[in-house]
This record gives sequence, structure tokens and C-alpha cells, in this order.
Amino acid sequence: MIEIKDVYKSFGTLEVLKGINLTVEKGEVVSVIGGSGSGKSTLLTCINGLEPINSGSILVDGVEVHAKTTDLNKLRRKIGIVFQQFNAFPHLTVLENVTLAPRKVLGMSKPEAEAIAEKQLAHVGLGDKLAVYPGRLSGGQQQRMAIARALAMSPEYVLFDEVTSALDPQLVGEVLDTLKLLADDGMTMICVTHEMTFARDVSDRVAFFHKGIMAEIAPSKEFFNAPQHPETQKFLSNIRS
Amino acid sequence: MFETSMTLSDLMFLAKGAGMTIAVTFFAVTGGTVMGLLFGVIRAQISPWAALPLTFVLDVFRSVPLLIQLVLANAFQAIAGLNLPPFATSCIILALYTSAYCTEIVRGAIDAVPMVTRRAARSLGLSWGQDMTYVVFPMALRVALPSWIGLTLGVLKDSALVLWLGLIELLRSGQILVTRLQEPMFILLVVGLIYFLLSFPIARFGSQLEKRWREND
Repeated sequence: MIEIKDVYKSFGTLEVLKGINLTVEKGEVVSVIGGSGSGKSTLLTCINGLEPINSGSILVDGVEVHAKTTDLNKLRRKIGIVFQQFNAFPHLTVLENVTLAPRKVLGMSKPEAEAIAEKQLAHVGLGDKLAVYPGRLSGGQQQRMAIARALAMSPEYVLFDEVTSALDPQLVGEVLDTLKLLADDGMTMICVTHEMTFARDVSDRVAFFHKGIMAEIAPSKEFFNAPQHPETQKFLSNIRS
Repeated sequence: MFETSMTLSDLMFLAKGAGMTIAVTFFAVTGGTVMGLLFGVIRAQISPWAALPLTFVLDVFRSVPLLIQLVLANAFQAIAGLNLPPFATSCIILALYTSAYCTEIVRGAIDAVPMVTRRAARSLGLSWGQDMTYVVFPMALRVALPSWIGLTLGVLKDSALVLWLGLIELLRSGQILVTRLQEPMFILLVVGLIYFLLSFPIARFGSQLEKRWREND
């Protein structure tokens, strides 16, 4: 369970998160939508401790992420994250990209890590690209590799930060299909996304962020059929028009 | 037909000088690279303000002509009673000089690794050291190599300045032969050729590595 309690976060004088409260249960898929600069991506980087917070607390399975005594390297093993920008390790093959963390962080043997990596890569449809360097992959393939890389650590939670935003339109589908597959497997996911169809069809709940505040959160059908907050209504009608 | 009074033993004399050039260059580049790596990581990882003293010292080594550094260092070590042989003084000063340039190469190469790549590495649970070892250094190496090869070739030639401390390296050997044989053009041609033969493999090695890495991109 991820518990976000009254989290405030600023970059200098700019307040990006103003008291966020959100609890994500095991097995739940939560989509976070909102305009750019609403703080939704920042929230993800705070959850796995890449960014410090100013006040409040974030607990992952009861462990406080930003406590000084928390071993972040250990905690991050169970929180995978996939970013918007492609972030493959360009000097490693696809297979090596995926086996690096299991070998160095979890201390797996090479064959052990490769077995897991091959399984994950096959799962995202890259089973025939093991020996290829990331520079030869399309954007969609790179994102699917990043997903396999996160999954190879057997995380209990995966955070997706606008993973389709940097893709050409014709490549978005293949990545969303991969996410859908993952959701069907029962993975706990928080997806920051601009894909409304995905948010509606795949997530259990949808949250709307506006200027650092979580203006609304509701089960996805309710959220899209009867949005309560005026800003949500405005945002959704802008998208639909 | 071209005639010269240069003998095989004269050529061996030049070869011995070349050996000194190689030795000085080897110690300077090895020491300079080790220090450059250390200083470069420090420069890239701590705030510019905290690194200011280090940056200042390295700037001095980059700005003052190498000849002045060598002569002053040799004088100071004598005054301080260190009794360092000229070879050691030469290697130390050249290594510091090399490290000043190498630091900037390393810093620039580390900065060239995209932040998002490093975040991805850390978010997989890799520690700072593991991120550095398995992600940052291999990526930075590809950026740094051409400049580092250039630096090494530069030091190889700059090492001629150690003749001012009395070391008989390649250029000094050539000068001695010129004085004796009075054939400056031919001897300088031979010395230049030897410098080229020393540099060429290093340059080729560098471009081979670059080519191999580029095939992966």
C-alpha cells in the first residue's frame, strides 16, 4: 500500500504540491491526469525518493520514504518507475539493460538474471531484440524495454510517468497494450497519463491534479461520466472538443 | 645521392632518448589520468562553490606555461631540500599539468550523461557507486576518449620541455646529434618521424575504439 499524507513540495519558491493525500491499495491501478505543471509527475519522483519533500509523509508498505533511516536503494527495489523520456543505457544491449539491476542490486547470477530478463522482454514483445543496442530500437520499443527493465526487479509497484508522451502517435498503442497487460496481471500501478481512453478503460480510479492540488478522485466510470469539480469538467470538455 | 654521417649507434642514441620520452609521458599520463578522474568526479558531483579551491589550483596548472612550472618546481624542490631527481620532478609536474586538463575532460563527459538516465539507474535500486561504475563511466568514456587521446598526444610532445631539467629525451638527443654532426635538417626529420611513430599507434587505437562503439549506436 502506498500512503501519501498531506505532502507539500516546492522547487525554490514554486510550490508544486500543496497538500496531497492519496492512498493506493495493492492491486489497484490509479491514473493521474491534469494539465502540465499540475505536479503530477513530481508526485511520482517523490514516491520513490528521487525528490525530497518539504512536509507530510509518503509510506510504502508502512516504510516512510523520506525518513533519514530509510535505505532508499532497498526500498526502490519494490517500486519500479518508467519515465517519459527514453532512458535506456545506450552502451548495453537490450538484454544487458534489463539484467543490470537484478545482477548488481539483487545479486543474481548471470543465467538467473537472463532467464528473468528474457521472460520479461518476451512479455513486452521484444523477445527477438535481446542482443540489439537500444539505439537501434524505435521509441515504442525503447519504452517497452524500460518497462521490462523495471519489471525484472519484480517490483510490487510500478509508476508510469507519461510514458507515451514522447512517442509518435502510431507507437502509442503498443506501449498502452503493454500497460494493459500489466494491469490485467494485477500489478499495482500509478499512471500519470494524457491518454484518456486508457485512464477510463484500465484504471480503477482516476485523480485530477490542478495547480498542485488533487482536485478530484473517483472510480474511473464516475470520473468521466459525472465529474464533480468545475476544473475537472473544464479539463475534460477541453479534451473532448 | 643523399649522404649522411649518421651511424647506427647515433640512431640507437635517438632511440634511447625516445625511451625517456615514453617513460616521462607514461608516468605523466597515468598519474594525470588517475588524478583527473578523481578531481573530475569531484568537480561534477559537488557544487561549484565547494569545488572552487580545487578549480583554482587546476586553473593555475592550465594557465602557467609548462616550462615555467618545470623550472620553478625544480628550483623549489632544491630549496626545500627534497633532493628529487629531475626525472621525478618532471613526471610529477607533467602529471599535475595533465590532470588539470583531464579533470575538465572527465567533468564534461560526466555532465554529458543525461540526468534522466542516471535517475533511471538510481530508481532501479543501483547505489551511487553502482550508477557511476556501470552507467556513468561507460557512457562518459565514449564522450571523453577523443579529447583524452588528444591530451595524451599533446603531453607526448610537451614532454620535450623536460630537457630544461637536464633530461636527455628525444628532442634533446636530436639537439646533441645536430651539434656533433651538423646535419640539422636530416636529424630533425628523423626525430620528427620518431615522434610520429610514437603518436600514430595511440591515435589509431583511439579511432578504432570509437569506431567499434559507434557501430552500437
